[in-house]
Amino acid sequence: MSGGALLAEALGEQKPHSTDSGSVGRRKLTPYLLLLPGLLWLAIFFIAPTISLAQNSLQQGNLIDGFQFTFHIGNYTSALSTYWPQFLRSFIYAGLATVFCILIGYPLAYTIAFRAGRFKNAMLVLVIAPFFTSFLIRTLAWQTILADNSVVVRVMRDLHLTNLLAIVGLTEPTRVLNTPLAVVAGLTYNFLPFMTLPLYASLDRMDPRLIEAAQDLYSSPWTGFRKITWPLSLPGVVAGTLLTFIPAAGDYINSRLLGVPNQAMIGEVIDLKYFSELDYPTASALSFTLLIAILVLVTLYVRRAGTEELV
Amino acid sequence: MATTTATRKAPAPHVGSRRPGGPVRWIRSHIVPLGAATALIYMFLPIFVVVVFSFNRPNGRYNDKWVRFSTNAWQHPCAVSGMCKGLKLSLEIGLIATVVSVILGTLVAFALGRYRFRGRAATNLLIFMPMATPEVVMGSSLLALFVTLRVNTGTVTILIAHIMFCLSFVVVTVKARIAALDPRLEQAAMDLYANERVTFWKITFPLVLPGIVAAALLAFSLSFDDFIITYFNSGSTVTFPIFVWGAADHGTPPQINVVGATMFFVSLSIVIVGQMASSRRRKKA
Repeated sequence: MSGGALLAEALGEQKPHSTDSGSVGRRKLTPYLLLLPGLLWLAIFFIAPTISLAQNSLQQGNLIDGFQFTFHIGNYTSALSTYWPQFLRSFIYAGLATVFCILIGYPLAYTIAFRAGRFKNAMLVLVIAPFFTSFLIRTLAWQTILADNSVVVRVMRDLHLTNLLAIVGLTEPTRVLNTPLAVVAGLTYNFLPFMTLPLYASLDRMDPRLIEAAQDLYSSPWTGFRKITWPLSLPGVVAGTLLTFIPAAGDYINSRLLGVPNQAMIGEVIDLKYFSELDYPTASALSFTLLIAILVLVTLYVRRAGTEELV
Repeated sequence: MATTTATRKAPAPHVGSRRPGGPVRWIRSHIVPLGAATALIYMFLPIFVVVVFSFNRPNGRYNDKWVRFSTNAWQHPCAVSGMCKGLKLSLEIGLIATVVSVILGTLVAFALGRYRFRGRAATNLLIFMPMATPEVVMGSSLLALFVTLRVNTGTVTILIAHIMFCLSFVVVTVKARIAALDPRLEQAAMDLYANERVTFWKITFPLVLPGIVAAALLAFSLSFDDFIITYFNSGSTVTFPIFVWGAADHGTPPQINVVGATMFFVSLSIVIVGQMASSRRRKKA
């Protein structure tokens, strides 16, 4: 089985069907010994840093005189009042990218699951193949594709697409690079497999005879999709949305390489605060806010979508 | 199966006259595969650009306009100072991070897939959390920890970070494979008087191995390609992605495209060979 298929399986994973079989009467200590090294690593290098981040975000001071923990909530209020547009922009871009990923990924996953026949594995390889090359290199390629006199942009200009999109503020009338559309296109592109693979995993588990049954009962293809296929693929949609939205909201490679600095996403601000302004408390406050905001959004979303299979 | 929707959808309102609205109807009945084809074009467009521009001979430092064909960059891939050093470092970090995270992650996966124990749900949550945290948050919180502990960032801190974020992906991948195993195979081995150890090494482990291999490939590619977390914890160390990031500001040489194209073709051949090997095994069985 390919890495892709396995990944797909893993991402749309269901509960193990028999956790207790074969393990009856084994020593009780064994699982804890197996867990110990891995969980210790996560405790020291994932949990502890998060606590450290929270602590840093409440400090005052500067790099030369040192930082003191003063429970300075002011870091949060000033960070949020200054950088709320970047937060908002990050979530809007990530949301748009997620929607585009569903629109592009769904037909792809559907075709692989139901129409690819013996080319199923080959098509799965095709889906992940573009991502074998480096994230940065493929994002730089988008710079070339969307450059001002490139074929794609000229066609868009001739079709007045750029004008049309400029009305909604996604592009400028004559250019695409360094506009919101370029950033969203880059985000959509870079996180597409994280949507396609879970969608494929849930569609592949579906019995195709259900669609035939719907058609036998005179449902139109659209109704069949709405009432049968879509609900059954929801676990994949939920998993894919999380796997796309979360990294997209924190990403700043796309906005740095394809956008402009005055329309930065929040990751860029955090990077700037850490490395250019050396303002660790504000950077930590922004970072921690992003974490909390995403946790809240994810919890609300998962609760609404009602899937427990994910964790 | 492939034709059901297409054929059933046409209970012949236009019998005999296929011409009127022919193309429109064809598009309507093939809308889903057409969408998939468009998606594939969208996905491969940048790869095409990367490969084509690796044969470019740009006039200035910016490799974004086609000038003329040249194999110069392919002949002298290391002509750009610092790139091959970064590449070597990324490969080394990737290998070490893969080995460590696969060992730790496989142990966790077996604990989760094979045992019932108190704290299972909490463990699952802890494994899930790093995957649900944006990279910039993980990168900055690790940096916050290292700053607090006054640890100098460099190769070691990059390794620590990579093992941390690869771990969860290894656990999830291997666990899925364990969950898909048929428990009757192990029961059969036990019925035939194999003890637990023999059953594990002769039955369970070989069956889980493809999952472990997939997890290793995934971990390596995650580590090799990581930029954001690495950047936060690298100090002055330059891995390949950090080199590319720096180059993006002052012009990217075609050598970068050579590396990109090579990565693409090497990974593609690994996957194709793996696919062929597994399908041959399946045919034999």
